Amino acid sequence: MSAGLFDIPSDLQNTYWGLVVQHLREALIPVVVGLVVALPVAQLCVRLRWLYPPVLWVTTILYAIPSLAFFVVLIDYTGQTETTVMIPLGVYSLVVFVPAIVDGVRSVPQETLDAATAMGLGPVRRYFQVQLPIAAPAIIAGLRVATVSSISLVSVGMLIGNQGGLGNLLNDGMIYHQNRLVWLSVIGTAVLAILADALLVLVRLLVTPWMPRGSRKPRPVDEPEPVTAVLEDAVR
Amino acid sequence: MCGLCQTRRVFGVLIRIDSVTKRYPDGTVAVDNLSLEIPDRAITVFVGPSGCGKTTTLRMINRMIEPSDGTITIDGKDITQQPVNTLRRSMGYVIQNAGLFQHRTIIDNIATVPRLLGWDKGKARARARELMERVGLDAALAKRYPYQLSGGQQQRVGVARALAADPPVLLMDEPFSAVDPVVRKGLQDELLRIQDELGKTIVFVTHDIDEAVKIGTMVAVMRTGGHLAQFAPPAELLSRPADAFVEDFLGADRGIRRLSFFGSVGLGLRTTPIVAVDATAEQIAERSTPDVPYLLVTDVDGRPLGWSEPRQLTAGAIDPARLLSYGRPFRHGEESLRAALDGAVLSPTGWAVAVGADGRVAGVVSQQSIGEAIRAAHAEGRDGRDGRDGFGGLDGLSDEKVAG
Repeated sequence: MSAGLFDIPSDLQNTYWGLVVQHLREALIPVVVGLVVALPVAQLCVRLRWLYPPVLWVTTILYAIPSLAFFVVLIDYTGQTETTVMIPLGVYSLVVFVPAIVDGVRSVPQETLDAATAMGLGPVRRYFQVQLPIAAPAIIAGLRVATVSSISLVSVGMLIGNQGGLGNLLNDGMIYHQNRLVWLSVIGTAVLAILADALLVLVRLLVTPWMPRGSRKPRPVDEPEPVTAVLEDAVR
Repeated sequence: MCGLCQTRRVFGVLIRIDSVTKRYPDGTVAVDNLSLEIPDRAITVFVGPSGCGKTTTLRMINRMIEPSDGTITIDGKDITQQPVNTLRRSMGYVIQNAGLFQHRTIIDNIATVPRLLGWDKGKARARARELMERVGLDAALAKRYPYQLSGGQQQRVGVARALAADPPVLLMDEPFSAVDPVVRKGLQDELLRIQDELGKTIVFVTHDIDEAVKIGTMVAVMRTGGHLAQFAPPAELLSRPADAFVEDFLGADRGIRRLSFFGSVGLGLRTTPIVAVDATAEQIAERSTPDVPYLLVTDVDGRPLGWSEPRQLTAGAIDPARLLSYGRPFRHGEESLRAALDGAVLSPTGWAVAVGADGRVAGVVSQQSIGEAIRAAHAEGRDGRDGRDGFGGLDGLSDEKVAG
């Protein structure tokens, strides 16, 4: 056989890059939707403390349901489509997002919130102008976990008729006993995950210039002003 | 918005707290039937142990806590009569640890309220720069983030942010508690200076009675359970504590601290026992008097060098290194009797050295004369004339927490 490195079996009816695009689409749309759903849910959990534990239980239980079980139920409604793959992925992302956002919003110091309230920021402004920006690093940390896990999970879509992006290639590789296809799938998925993660790290650096960076010079220490120092010396 | 015209109003009662009680659902009473008038254009300090309701009282003024009973009026207007965020934007608020927005630059932190009030970005930032200068912050810090600033600098930003929209009222909740004593003293002096320039109505909460006495025009001492124990100017607080609780809270050395409110100008200085380092034998003999066992040696410009017994001074060969220390001189007329007494206590001879503004010796005074001056001042105080003559250099300089 004289196939090129990226040639793939015709039964997939797609190119390698076509599979990459499908893979990313199926992995990222659920993460974005999951984030949009998780934001208000998390805010409710922050405001109503009693709601947080039950919400956590529900997201954890949903996470414990195998995607295959989701597919069995969903196929009756959404068929063998990308949507059927994306719904469980979106649901899984909640188990990461809800606690990440709740912890992030709760990490805003009480005095910062008090100051915001005292300056006349109403609840909506306080949320968008203070809590959310300060929670951004925690949210992006959750986004990284959710994105990488979603990219790796998309592959199961192969089970419902080649809806698994690069996972389809893994399936074909095993059927046709072609290691090249297995490597293309596995390494391709890993590279996508690493690139997505690196991109999110970059985003975090860009949106949080206000975060202390590890190796910078330490925070300045108060030096008494010369006049004060002289007076203090005089006292001693 | 009429922030500016309100600050120009003449002296009068601005905030009136009328029979205010705060009771929590669990039955705790944080503030119990509190009534007092907070004067306009002055610093009113609420002080007391933790749990005395001082912070609760402050937070009821900007409605972060709603009273269970009673009313609070500002210029005769009930504070519940306007939208809560409008009320809050008309009051600056400074908090312990500054509470800066860590995700915003210093200049944007300061511009927060002006932006909320709808100022355009350029005008708000120009105002913010002006305030940075006013509170003594280097303009180079404008684009920095809070984590890059020291605690003292952050607290200055907190004060600038509170002043940004020129509110008539400034609420300060233990603003300087978290910084070290030297920086705290600097911030207190700065606050007094700014208040001198701006004349806001400041409500200040602290648990530190020294801070209260130093910066307060009026001091409200509160006791656990939200009761007002005494409401008086600091000098009166120190001279006539209302009860044992206030007396205990003021601490053991309130008598000494009260001396901060008596000027040193009336002290009778002695100018005889002073010789220059290049004095002749005749001058040394002439300056020695039987009632002063020591001579103060000065340099040729008149600045103090040290004390010596007259017989140990050899004309033309006075060694400054062998003189006795002159302790801490006090600035005559400018500093208080407390500084004078401190100087006398620290001096090995028991005599304090008075200097002028130029650092030259104005005279010397004994512990005994200072004691007489104190007795005279107390006698005047009993005649009802003790009090504080405004915020002058005296207050700023005389309230050193001395080691005596």
